Amino acid sequence: MSGARMALVSALLGLALWQGAVWVTGLPRFILPGPLLVAETMWTSRALLAEHAVVTLAEVLIGLVLGTVLGALSAIGLAASGLARQMLRPLLVFSQAIPVFALAPILTLWFGYGLGSKIVMALIIIYFPVTSSFLDALLRPNRDWVGLARVMGASPARIMWHIRIPAALPGLASGVRLAAVYAPIGAIIGEWVGASRGLGYLMLLANGRAKTDLMFAALIVLAVLTVILHAVVGRAARRVLERY
Amino acid sequence: MTPAPSLHLHGSAAFAGTPLFHALALEVPAGRWTCLLGPSGIGKSTILRLFAGLAEGVRFTGRMGADDGAPLAGRVALMAQDDLLLPWLSVAGNVTLGARLRGETPDPARLARVLAQVGLDTLAARHPAALSGGQRQRAALARTLMEDRAVVLLDEPFSALDARTRARMQELTAASLAGRTVLLVTHDPGEAARLGHRILVMTETGLHDLPPPPGPVPRPAGDPQTLTLQARLLDILRTDDTCAPPIC
Repeated sequence: MSGARMALVSALLGLALWQGAVWVTGLPRFILPGPLLVAETMWTSRALLAEHAVVTLAEVLIGLVLGTVLGALSAIGLAASGLARQMLRPLLVFSQAIPVFALAPILTLWFGYGLGSKIVMALIIIYFPVTSSFLDALLRPNRDWVGLARVMGASPARIMWHIRIPAALPGLASGVRLAAVYAPIGAIIGEWVGASRGLGYLMLLANGRAKTDLMFAALIVLAVLTVILHAVVGRAARRVLERY
Repeated sequence: MTPAPSLHLHGSAAFAGTPLFHALALEVPAGRWTCLLGPSGIGKSTILRLFAGLAEGVRFTGRMGADDGAPLAGRVALMAQDDLLLPWLSVAGNVTLGARLRGETPDPARLARVLAQVGLDTLAARHPAALSGGQRQRAALARTLMEDRAVVLLDEPFSALDARTRARMQELTAASLAGRTVLLVTHDPGEAARLGHRILVMTETGLHDLPPPPGPVPRPAGDPQTLTLQARLLDILRTDDTCAPPIC
């Protein structure tokens, strides 16, 4: 049986269990809505869900691009300079000890209720995995390639550009693959703390009004968006790396 | 290419306090092939790395360099057992890597000439993963030729190849690098006997110079004098623990 068919079967099994639990427990719909009700809500509220999903997706994509660019540039800077590495690496690790949730209110205060604070949130949450995995790869170049380049008369900057960076792209790719999963978390946290649009905001709103079916619908849309993003990023990474 | 200089290395080397070789006196004649044989760990590759300027962590005391007094940097090319082709570049990209690493524009006419010389002209767009072992090593040779350096350091470049490919690569390399100062480090007595204008065996007791057979290189593999030298080299390598006469 193919992977896709297996996934479909397990998804159907999960839905059946869910519906079964609703029937068996007899819980009210504002506590546990069944999959049929959630599906119905997804269809009837499709315009609303789409409107908010677009906002979250924009936050995630912009955060992902900015976080990747900033993370990659930081990793290159740290790889190029031993002094910068000694000074900034402990700071980078320490920054990870701060819970991102704790930063969200401050970021909302600084960057407002709009897209800005959510993009910054997504950026912060993915910056470390991107920087860290790219830097690790940049610091482990094939010594023989670097030696050959030095015999050829290359400067450290050209060795970085022509050898170390391309050789470390698999590391960057694994960082970005992780980032594709983390970025939506950042955006949603930002929306929970303060927003007027987005799937996170919609979930809070629906929860507050006991529209649990709408909350589940928003959650499913978010999960599907994350899975699609992860698959697209994974495919792009594979295309870049097919020579390696 | 600048005129090929002769090289010298007189001195001792140690790595992390452990001596690699002591009071070595190596002379590499200009424009000729010098083959350096010896057991593993004796310091042959260190000598190559010293000439290449890549011997990090090695403490060398003595004098070494080119006999014309000019620095070796910029006059040396290196070819190793591993072809060191960059997997993300095509054959053409790999062969012209040196020019790009120096910020120069590669000369397409020269590239075409060098690729034709090693028989890779139809494979210029291929990536290393799509090449055979012999083709990869020919690409590495093309990259070395593209550098057009007067001194070429070869660190067991043919040891990972099958017998047929190795013999062809030896002939191609000998023809392509004629006139350059070549220092070949090898484990293979047959290779040294075929290719060396000068043949040196490096042992714990120092360097031993063996007269090569007459005739131009590469010598025919079946030439009786070449075979005799090959057998003698093998004997020396096998029995050197006690360093028996006549080489001591």
